[in-house]
Amino acid sequence: MSTFVKSRPRRRGLSNASTFRQVAIYGFLGLATGIVILPFLTLLTVAVQSPDSTATNLSWPDNFYWQNFVTAWTKGDFPLPLLMINSLIVASVVVPITVIVSVLAGYAFGTLRFRGANLLFFIFMIGLIMPFEATIVPLYYQLRSMGLINNLVGVMLPQVGLFCAFGIFWMRQFFKATHPSLIEAAKIDGAGTLRILRSVLLPISWPPILTLATLVFIWSWNEFLLALVVLDRETRTAPSGLASFTGQWVQDVPALSAAAIIVALPTVILYIALNRKIIAGILQGAVKG
Amino acid sequence: MKITQALKSDSTKRRPKRKFRLSDLTPYLYILPAGIFFVTFVLVPLFQTLNLSLWEWTGIIGAPVTFVGLDNYASILNEPYTWSALSHTLVFIVTFSIIPVCLGLTFAALFSRQKIRGLVFFRTVIFLPQVIASVVIGVAWRWVYQDRGTLNQILGVFDASEGRAWLGDFEWALIAVGLIGSWVMTGLTMVLFLSGVGRIDSDLYDAVKIDGGGAFREFFSVTLPGLRPELTVAMTITLIAALRSFDLVFVTTKGGPGKETIVPGTEIYRLAFRENLLGEAASMAILLAFIIFVLVRTIAFLLREKDEKLR
Repeated sequence: MSTFVKSRPRRRGLSNASTFRQVAIYGFLGLATGIVILPFLTLLTVAVQSPDSTATNLSWPDNFYWQNFVTAWTKGDFPLPLLMINSLIVASVVVPITVIVSVLAGYAFGTLRFRGANLLFFIFMIGLIMPFEATIVPLYYQLRSMGLINNLVGVMLPQVGLFCAFGIFWMRQFFKATHPSLIEAAKIDGAGTLRILRSVLLPISWPPILTLATLVFIWSWNEFLLALVVLDRETRTAPSGLASFTGQWVQDVPALSAAAIIVALPTVILYIALNRKIIAGILQGAVKG
Repeated sequence: MKITQALKSDSTKRRPKRKFRLSDLTPYLYILPAGIFFVTFVLVPLFQTLNLSLWEWTGIIGAPVTFVGLDNYASILNEPYTWSALSHTLVFIVTFSIIPVCLGLTFAALFSRQKIRGLVFFRTVIFLPQVIASVVIGVAWRWVYQDRGTLNQILGVFDASEGRAWLGDFEWALIAVGLIGSWVMTGLTMVLFLSGVGRIDSDLYDAVKIDGGGAFREFFSVTLPGLRPELTVAMTITLIAALRSFDLVFVTTKGGPGKETIVPGTEIYRLAFRENLLGEAASMAILLAFIIFVLVRTIAFLLREKDEKLR
């Protein structure tokens, strides 16, 4: 950022071009922001319309029916609190396990030398590009033979398997970038690899670990296909459960909108609190090369 | 210091020659827990998909399982549904990937070296769709696209609304769903290119200006080459998103009207869990995995660094 600031005085002679650019930039940004907000705004205004309303556009409600949110929560067509709790249970198991296995493997790939390291890492990175679509068919039958169909564990385990690919990629990058002298010094002191991880690297690893945990939470919360296939209507996670009740037959359009907002709320709150870290993390989520 | 380090790394390179020690296994132990999850729930199912694609099975335990070789591939490739799904994917590649990347680049070109007030706010809003569950996005956009929805309301202002229900329209449904993809991905490409442009050496821009180059020269000789790493990431993420569009299609149109918006993901779901044609579903999944893999490798190849090209 400092480069822009530094170069500014030199640009003064070009104030015309600059002004044009400024207008174009704000025009572009304003338009993009407006287009992004529009569907959310629609969702929000529909959610506060009178319960018998069927309009789905941006009309100012004659009265704000906030009780639609209460309806969605308590007596909608579906057990929203249960769905939310299911999602929370899944995420609260998936996040710590994914983080732990990713830190361990990322540590090995980032700091230790061993045979086949590159090949093994490459194999893990398949998980970065393979969606559940590609594995869902045998995965379903595998989970069925393990007795995990209609069981939240059947959603948790495959999520850990898929998300740890990014976790390893992410933690490896961080451990690789830490100064080797830190590790060397501990080695000279006679520390074993586990000691080095625990008392040298872990204390400085909390920022990337927090980012990883946040991203995995968001992905786990939003995961759709697996939960749709593995879980039954009544035991689903919030997004997949909501989807099974959004068909054409839904009568209460405002309550459904309110429910959708409630389902989005946990990830949106996390995002607002940690947006810088989340953006940086998602942008690195693709394979480089 | 450097010499000792060099010697050290040299001695570690020779490590395989000396006697095996139990501690050589340590790195593998660290990888093991992740490995168990990954192998059991990603790698094995992937190979099972490959295997399953060569058999005929209805998924019922005890039902006959017959080896049919490549017949499943032949039958899905003879199925018009498959070709519709693939052609819809092409449309999605344009809307999920090409449109957002072009918009992102346009913006990066405008932005190069400009200070933007309130950037954090804009960035936060524009990136928001990335963290929202596709079901929620689906509900929001279904309202926008309905006959009495926001889109027709806006078109009405310009007297251009025909009261069309966009997602139920045979002509428009595919484009309508595809544009949701543009809506989701453009924030990502813009933010990505924005951070990339900030990293480009400002001397390069000065050099272009001294040469008397205009905005076009600036874009093609400095901004675009400087954004190569970001371009690779953006193309990879958006292409994968275009190919794994099951979620979005399922929550907006379920593939309809008719088969106007089916994609490989919805076909896998239909074949496996509605028609019980597991072999065909698996061969469709392998086809999808193959396309993703080829596309990702192609992007990596096309956008590789120049010096790598020489090697």
